[in-house]
Amino acid sequence: MSKFARKNYKIFFKSKGEPMLWLTGGGLIAALLMIGLLLLLVIKNGMGTFWPDPITHFELKSGDKLMGEVTKIEYFKLPQEKITLLTEQDRNRIEKNSGREKRFLLRIGNFELTNEHFKWVSEFEIAKITYPEDAMILERLEWGRFYGFPKEFRIDGKVVATDMKSIMKNYEEYHSKVRYLWSEKVEIEKKEIGKLNHKIEKERLKLKEAKLNLQKAIDSNDQDRIKTAQEKYERAEKDFNLFTQWSKKEYDNYVKKIDDLKKNYEKYAIKFVTSDGKEKEIKLFEIVRSYQANALSFWDKTMIYFGRWVEFQTDHPREANSEGGVFPAIFGTVVMTLLMSLFVVPFGVIAAIYMKEYAKSGKIISILRIAINNLAGVPSIVYGVFGLGFFAYTIGASIDQLFYEAKLPNPTFGTGGILWASLTLALLTLPVVIVATEEAINAVPNSLREGSYACGATKWQTIRNIVLPRAMPGIMTGFILSMSRGAGEVAPLMLTGAVKLAPEMPVDSIYPFVHLERSFMHLGFHIYDLGFQSQNSDAAIPMVYTTTLLLITIVVLLNVMAIYIRNRLRKKFIGSVF
Amino acid sequence: MTVDFLDELKENGRKTVYDPSLKNEDILIDIQNFRLFYGEKQALFDINMPIPMGKVTALIGPSGCGKSTLLRSMNRLNDLLDNVRIEGDILLDGESIYDKSVDLSELRKKMGMVAQKPNPFPMSIFDNVVYPLKIAGVKKRSILEEVCERSLVYAGLWDEVKDRLRDNAFGLSGGQQQRLCIARAIAPEPEVILMDEPCSALDPIATYKIEELILSLREKYTVVIVTHNMQQAARVSDFTAFMYMGYLIEYGNTIDIFKKPRVKETEDYITGRFG
Repeated sequence: MSKFARKNYKIFFKSKGEPMLWLTGGGLIAALLMIGLLLLLVIKNGMGTFWPDPITHFELKSGDKLMGEVTKIEYFKLPQEKITLLTEQDRNRIEKNSGREKRFLLRIGNFELTNEHFKWVSEFEIAKITYPEDAMILERLEWGRFYGFPKEFRIDGKVVATDMKSIMKNYEEYHSKVRYLWSEKVEIEKKEIGKLNHKIEKERLKLKEAKLNLQKAIDSNDQDRIKTAQEKYERAEKDFNLFTQWSKKEYDNYVKKIDDLKKNYEKYAIKFVTSDGKEKEIKLFEIVRSYQANALSFWDKTMIYFGRWVEFQTDHPREANSEGGVFPAIFGTVVMTLLMSLFVVPFGVIAAIYMKEYAKSGKIISILRIAINNLAGVPSIVYGVFGLGFFAYTIGASIDQLFYEAKLPNPTFGTGGILWASLTLALLTLPVVIVATEEAINAVPNSLREGSYACGATKWQTIRNIVLPRAMPGIMTGFILSMSRGAGEVAPLMLTGAVKLAPEMPVDSIYPFVHLERSFMHLGFHIYDLGFQSQNSDAAIPMVYTTTLLLITIVVLLNVMAIYIRNRLRKKFIGSVF
Repeated sequence: MTVDFLDELKENGRKTVYDPSLKNEDILIDIQNFRLFYGEKQALFDINMPIPMGKVTALIGPSGCGKSTLLRSMNRLNDLLDNVRIEGDILLDGESIYDKSVDLSELRKKMGMVAQKPNPFPMSIFDNVVYPLKIAGVKKRSILEEVCERSLVYAGLWDEVKDRLRDNAFGLSGGQQQRLCIARAIAPEPEVILMDEPCSALDPIATYKIEELILSLREKYTVVIVTHNMQQAARVSDFTAFMYMGYLIEYGNTIDIFKKPRVKETEDYITGRFG
């Protein structure tokens, strides 16, 4: 036995510390595993949503026929008294599965005919499963998906094709043209008529303002003032009447244009027959995307998959957000996050500079620092309530009183909006920025400061030329952390301006182009809305994963950008460390 | 060093032993009855020290003896600390630098300083050298370029960096960085250059180059250098001051101090018997 052999476990434990290695390493692995599992779940479910599934055709023993996409397969326990009613073959199978029966969740679509989006089908009900090649899936503007067999292609009610091949040929020939005409119509509705409505609203407000001024003048009892106000009001009224005439003409013009377009594209239609024999004519312009799911090659499927991703990222939502894209939400999230950074970084940095460079370190600063750190622990919903109460209802309402009086009682700034939401989040993430900046300033070597003073620099010159550039990478770290925190936050946004569906985006082509008072869509809120507020939850849940994946990707992208900038700054300002 | 000596120091203070040859020198900086306190603790005791113009004066002594503190008092860098209090005065060219009317920026421009560790600023080599001028408001490109070249030539760095003036100063080696700091210190044409152990972070070759530079600086500037390295003090300085426990013990001609010190404690220190 060696002199240095382990005498007892206690000494070994203390002196070698290897159990500690296992403990610390194990802790890290547990944390990584949980993060990895979460990411894996999101990625697996999120990536699969857009892959085109085959169309399955079930012939049931009852004689019913169902057709659609199988979205889920599970086993469930069948009650004994039900099992006894089944055929022997089914009983044997169930027994083999220890009393559990397989069932399929079938997305049957055709909501206007069936009043159901999904249906459970148990295996014992099924007589025959087929995968018909002719069957088509339609993604439509309204009513969700449609599953059926194309029978006739019609132009202006006249049948021009009846066999599959020529129907598809006609479809390919006319579909993109029809969709183009339709999108032109939407453009006119949204942009041109939207602009016109804004103008009308503006003129109406002018008139109302003149009226308010007149009222004020009358209240003041000043004859001269009443006279001028009266004149102004009369002029405004005249202007308004002229404008109304003009706008009516303009509006009629647009309506005529739309009618022309409609006439052009509404004449194309396809008659479909569903699996249970019902007939349904579907206008070509309603079809967003269609394909014969069982006749697709791998390449076709891939194209559809990526086409759906593109649509998801660039289009507006349809069908209570469960179909279509999330572009407004992406846009809202990014704009809100950047606005938030714009507010929080300067504020946080200024506060940290004061605390580190100017204030004498002492009790008050210590208390202040503890208070700021504790701010990070306040529930975010409390910030939301504060944002709504202080920003929207107090400051916003005052702004409305001062500048948007004519619009009252409709609030402009006096309600939730992207400005208030980003200010609220800025407040929420302020501690992160302050703490990170303080640490970064702390890490600036004193020898640099002294060197600068020794060159004759003042305090501010030293801070601006030496301390801030050197601390910049650390400040960027704070910025990155705050951005991640802010982009993922939902609760305060629900109170301060995020909405399920925003008709207008915060940046558009209508003067003054940036509309900070508008409510906005946000991916985080969108996820909540899809997952918990949706009518059609079976269709919405896959979208929840996809949207989550998208949100994570956006946060990662924003971070990667910031990290890239930080590394460049680090190279420039820190270099080798002395 | 005997215990008696320490007690004597603490109780009665200490009369500095001066070299009479100092009387023949032109005095640029005159430290008069200078005392400095960090809060309650006194760090410098009645320092009286005339520093000759155009010479290199070395401050030596064991760690914590107050030599850096004394050096930093000369450009009032100690003012940055919250709880420092001073008594007595320091005169530069016969005028008090602790007078209320003194503009710190102006004073510090006359007193270039080189720190212990090279402290280049996070900017290009060019910007580093002209930093003192830039913060003083000099904007004219031609002046800045001229000063930059002149200072770098003087600091012996020009040939090494003239092709990469726009590069970050962190790309230089330690010795180059220190010479850059010296170039920065002489850029605003100071009268005095204060050096706080300028070679302590450098390798022997870089140290050699800096020492050469110090010797050449003597022609134009008054240099005060703090050093731990007694050979260095012997090599570069004309006058040497030995400090101990906040007192100035002996001050005189470098050759005298090292060859035949008048005080026993000085002899003990330079022969390595303590410190």
